[in-house]
Amino acid sequence: MIYFDNAATTALDTEVIERMYGVMKNTFGNPSSVHAYGVQARALIDECREKVASLLHVSPSEIFFTSCGTEAINMVIAGCCNDLNIHRIITSPLEHHAVMHACEHEVKLGRCKVELVKPDNKGNINIEELENIVKNGERALVCLMHANNEIGNLLSIAEVGEICRKYNAYFLCDTVQSIGKFDHDFKENNIHFAACSAHKFHGPKGIGFLYLNGDIKISPLLQGGGQERNMRPGTENIYGIAGLAKAMEVAYRNLEADVAYIKSLKAYMVKRLKEVISDVGFNGESEENGLHTILNVSFPETRKSDMLLYNLDIEGITASGGSACTSGSVTESHVLKAIVADLKRTAIRFSFSKFNTMDEVDKCIEVIKKVS
Amino acid sequence: MLASNTKKIYLDNASTTPIDSRVLEAMLPYLSDYFGNASSLHSFGTTVKESLDNFRSQLAGFINAQSDEIIFTSGGTEANNFALKGIAFANRSKGNHIIVSAIEHDCILNTCKWLETQGFYISYVPVDSDGLVDMEKLKRFINARTTLVSVMHANNEIGAIQPIEEIGRLCRERNVYFHTDACQSFGKIPVDVVSQNISLMSLNAHKIYGPKGVGCLYVKKGVNITPLLHGGGQEFGLRSTTENIAGIAGFAKAAELCMNEMGTEIGRITHLRNKLVEGLQNKFEDFYINGSMTHRLPNNLNFAVHGLEGETIRLLLLLDENGIAVSAGSACSNNDTSKSASHVLQAMGKDPFEARGAIRVSLGRFNTEDDIDHFLKTILQEINKLSSIFSKT
Ligand SMILES: Cc1ncc(COP(=O)(O)O)c(C=O)c1O
Ligand SMILES: Cc1ncc(COP(=O)(O)O)c(C=O)c1O
Repeated sequence: MIYFDNAATTALDTEVIERMYGVMKNTFGNPSSVHAYGVQARALIDECREKVASLLHVSPSEIFFTSCGTEAINMVIAGCCNDLNIHRIITSPLEHHAVMHACEHEVKLGRCKVELVKPDNKGNINIEELENIVKNGERALVCLMHANNEIGNLLSIAEVGEICRKYNAYFLCDTVQSIGKFDHDFKENNIHFAACSAHKFHGPKGIGFLYLNGDIKISPLLQGGGQERNMRPGTENIYGIAGLAKAMEVAYRNLEADVAYIKSLKAYMVKRLKEVISDVGFNGESEENGLHTILNVSFPETRKSDMLLYNLDIEGITASGGSACTSGSVTESHVLKAIVADLKRTAIRFSFSKFNTMDEVDKCIEVIKKVS
Repeated sequence: MLASNTKKIYLDNASTTPIDSRVLEAMLPYLSDYFGNASSLHSFGTTVKESLDNFRSQLAGFINAQSDEIIFTSGGTEANNFALKGIAFANRSKGNHIIVSAIEHDCILNTCKWLETQGFYISYVPVDSDGLVDMEKLKRFINARTTLVSVMHANNEIGAIQPIEEIGRLCRERNVYFHTDACQSFGKIPVDVVSQNISLMSLNAHKIYGPKGVGCLYVKKGVNITPLLHGGGQEFGLRSTTENIAGIAGFAKAAELCMNEMGTEIGRITHLRNKLVEGLQNKFEDFYINGSMTHRLPNNLNFAVHGLEGETIRLLLLLDENGIAVSAGSACSNNDTSKSASHVLQAMGKDPFEARGAIRVSLGRFNTEDDIDHFLKTILQEINKLSSIFSKT
């Protein structure tokens, strides 16, 4: 089986499993307890928070562990409307559903309105148009993702951050796809809020964090005990936190080499696809400039193209039609629908990790030749 | 730090529990081979989806629910927030009144405080000196604008088991939803959402030898509820995010073990607790127990010694130095419990001094008779030390 769906989720790194296993066996106290068991668990969380913060060049006081990226995103959007007097959210139709539906919920509650900046047919945001929207109206929250999970487009966070700085807007950047794959500098890019899910970079599911700029105060999404400095109640998921921190450490330890390697896999896949399929295309910027892990291929319409994804799976090649929640057809992906002109073509997302090999790309190409 | 040769005894199982090794074994496949995203349509996804469905129906079976009535969450706190806010907002057109007991966990009480800022009215039902809710008051509190009654099944500090069957019946008659926080009782005593007329119930895994960071909310079919986490539409559209399959596997296994062992564990743990009570009674003339002894979880003991209430924190530290972990009131909430008096004990009519002085011993699967003997010996020794310091000053 060949796993080319690393944008949906990734296999855990062995080091991460070992770390979690150790914690699950040996550390179990409630970090809020004052006895030795609690103290041990508390120390572990502090250590993990420091590690995560240092890898992202932020202060540990700016990292709040959550159950996932979705939660972090919901927390920011609700918090901005609740506490920061934000009634205007600027976003794009290419955002993950976590952002889209959290915004819709606020609209339904009557707490804000949403303005969309339209992407071009490559999936890129027009920075001037964005600036115009930000400029014309009350103080806004800008929600734009760093790396798109379907087509891999990378936002120019420096430019967007600059616009937000200039017009005093808040910037929530959905960094779920790029944390662990990109050396971030939130301060430099004026990102006020960023979200993370560990399972996207060989960590466990069920754990993530919110980066919250230290100058900003929002209220929590959940009420309860005083955990996470009163920002996220609930007994802490200590093995998840340990797994997340380990996954970050591993991801940033060899970042450059891993990026170069995965880039070479993708470039090789592009080259081979062009050789074997005339009229192959690539959605968004995924062919060259996008996130190194994501390649969204546009296959020409044939008798068999509808069944392509299904047939790949039968042959042991795991890819996806878009995000995990969408099937193979272009019309079901809100991202492709927003940018792709020819909806008759079949879009398949191949997303890579450091665990993939050139050999797997070769095998995949052979299968594609057979079933396309 | 403990010397490595100190015998360690964990008697704080109401706060959290160690993961049972059988649970850990059940989780491992989902941290290695079966790592797929349950929403993916390919085989990595569908195998995980299949497991997820199995775990869901297994858990549902343990509380006599249907499979699609279980919504996995990140724990008890999220489940409680989801229940209260989800019902409050979804049923606002019917009314904006919610009733909870005065002795709920912080995550219920603080959610209520927050709901008050959003235009909802909250009534707090008092409890008697045993820690049991006042049914007459509850009946009188329900009005035409009431949408929800939330009363916990068993209290985390004193283990008091509330008359939820009666409350469930009342809520059904009065046509309001009934939520119960069963984080402390699930796996220790039976719960049945049908016979107890429960509309919503919160559970978590880390109190039953499962992992932290996972729990669920039971939502009875037809109950009108708004989600807290919006996004990819997982969990029947009620709780979005990539499913924590390893955590859920651990939760299901932990629940299964509790269900299988409940019959024998109730007897064994009750015996240990009785031994503990007898021992304390024999050693300390002025020993007293907080809360009902008849409506009480088998594993809970909440006690104090008259005159020594002011020394509880010091006593806990001394016990800790001796490798014994117990807690003052509830450890789940925050680091300030040492300063603030227990809201549960105060609701039972204790004065703040007494309410600060309670010691909670909560027993669990891995405790033995030896542990009780050792605990009794140690507490006697440490209290004697404290008393002698006392008499000198
Ligand atoms: C009665 C009760 N409800 C809710 C909770 C909160 O659960 P969690 O820590 O899983 O969020 C706890 C324990 O912490 C509890 O004892
Ligand atoms: C860009 C993006 N944002 C948010 C999420 C949500 O992450 P999670 O499902 O872990 O909450 C995902 C992944 O599903 C994603 O790709």
